[in-house]
Amino acid sequence: MKPLLKITSIETLYYDRIYALHGLSLEIQEKEVFAVLGPNGAGKTTLLKTIAGLLKDQPKKGTIQFEGKGIHRLAPERISSMGIVYVPEDRGLFRELTVRENLELGCWGRKDACIQRDMAFVYELFPILKARSGQQSETLSGGEQQMLTMARAMLRQPKLLMLDEPSLGLAPKISQQVYGALSQISKAGTTILMVEQNAKMALGIATFGYVMESGRIVLEGNAEELQANEDVQELYLGLGGETASPKGWRLYKKRRTW
Amino acid sequence: MTNFLQYAVGGFATGSIYALVALGLALIYRSTRILNFAHGDITTAGAFVAFALLGIGLPFALAFGAALLSGALIAILFYFCVLVPAQRREATQLSQIILTLGLGLILQSLVAYFGGKEPQPFPFPLSDIEIYDVGGVVISQLSLGILGAALLASLLFYLLVQKTRLGLAMRATSENLPAAQTMGIPTRRILAFSWGMAALLGVIAGLFLAPLLLLDPFFMLEPFLKGFAAAILGGLNSLPGAIVGGLILGVAEALAGGYISIAFKNTLAFLIIIAVLLVRPEGLLGKEFVERV
Repeated sequence: MKPLLKITSIETLYYDRIYALHGLSLEIQEKEVFAVLGPNGAGKTTLLKTIAGLLKDQPKKGTIQFEGKGIHRLAPERISSMGIVYVPEDRGLFRELTVRENLELGCWGRKDACIQRDMAFVYELFPILKARSGQQSETLSGGEQQMLTMARAMLRQPKLLMLDEPSLGLAPKISQQVYGALSQISKAGTTILMVEQNAKMALGIATFGYVMESGRIVLEGNAEELQANEDVQELYLGLGGETASPKGWRLYKKRRTW
Repeated sequence: MTNFLQYAVGGFATGSIYALVALGLALIYRSTRILNFAHGDITTAGAFVAFALLGIGLPFALAFGAALLSGALIAILFYFCVLVPAQRREATQLSQIILTLGLGLILQSLVAYFGGKEPQPFPFPLSDIEIYDVGGVVISQLSLGILGAALLASLLFYLLVQKTRLGLAMRATSENLPAAQTMGIPTRRILAFSWGMAALLGVIAGLFLAPLLLLDPFFMLEPFLKGFAAAILGGLNSLPGAIVGGLILGVAEALAGGYISIAFKNTLAFLIIIAVLLVRPEGLLGKEFVERV
């Protein structure tokens, strides 16, 4: 099957000399959920921003193909209008605008008759947004803001939905709600690429996962494989297994398989 | 009491001109974080276009329309041809402000070269001498026109910003540029439109001010500075604040000029501004500078 998004050995640099992405390649298949895991500073957010075109003149090298067309170094507006919707970590809401206005902006550039139906769909997905529709979005709680961002992203009819840490700063119960909505969105036929620190939740709904470290992909596999991997278990899932000492520390550093 | 009303009415008329100037400055500051030092000169250029067209015998409506368009066009061209390339090369906020200063100087000398430096009377359909007596308060036809025009312009502008899709996109772009880009909003064109709108509001003020003063290349300098002060008084990033600030400044000036001495006209107005900024540094209607972390 032809991949929806194909990234071939891209290099992204900050200030022209600091490598954030170091010859990274990956493929995203249609209608599946992909999770990118990794520690802080691995370049996960940079990867999403590079795809969305938000980093000027980046990637320096390599190509990004979306549905067979090269999209690297295009303007963010162009990339967004092709159907790649990026939900940043800070959620990118228009804080002074009301919930309804935020949602209306999600429909920017759409003229089809399905807007009403899609509005109904997102209100059904997140009923709280309907109750809050006249409120300024900065008055919403963190979870509600995340829901609003996802609802707004859905209204853009994304072919590829990119989420940066959807569970960041949310109470476990709320993040479960957010993940429930995500799997519904995925079932409705949207491809999702997400970056997440909470590996357990991410691998719970993902079909395929990548592990990044210092600008490279060091491990990839489908969700079950990753969950079964010893290093992933130890580093991300908190299942120490037998290698961890009962006192919580050990005197040697275990070599990773990557 | 009649005196007070008389001063207040006069103050409202000048205040509404300041308000129009301040509105344009605040609009540009809000959407691009740039203080537009060329605002007054764009306005002057627009007024001179009208003056030249009236000179060759065009009717008022046509000449004024052309003046508004030419002002807007200068601002839009400046945005696309100077600011956008500068931003592409990662110019800082400060250097972009200096660029507007440069535009102002260029326009000033162009106007002086083509329009002449001599102060000239500006023909206008409303008269400064024709006056109406409303219950003891005298108001000139021109002042009435200024009040009406400013009210209409701000009302239309309010409807544009608050009630239309274009206005929604303007608000979104000015609040969160990267997010607006990822929504697929054509932010460059929206910002260019904001520059054009700001210049247009300024030219309206200039056209009504020109018959009150004499037309020369520097006639907008003082109103521009007052508009600037008014915008800061109201809160630089607030559009309603610009209007409120302009009106307060105008009335304060008129009252000080009337009751104390004409020499204190500017002094008292700026004393008020200092006092307000001491209590509310963000301006009357400005948003407090808080960053949630």
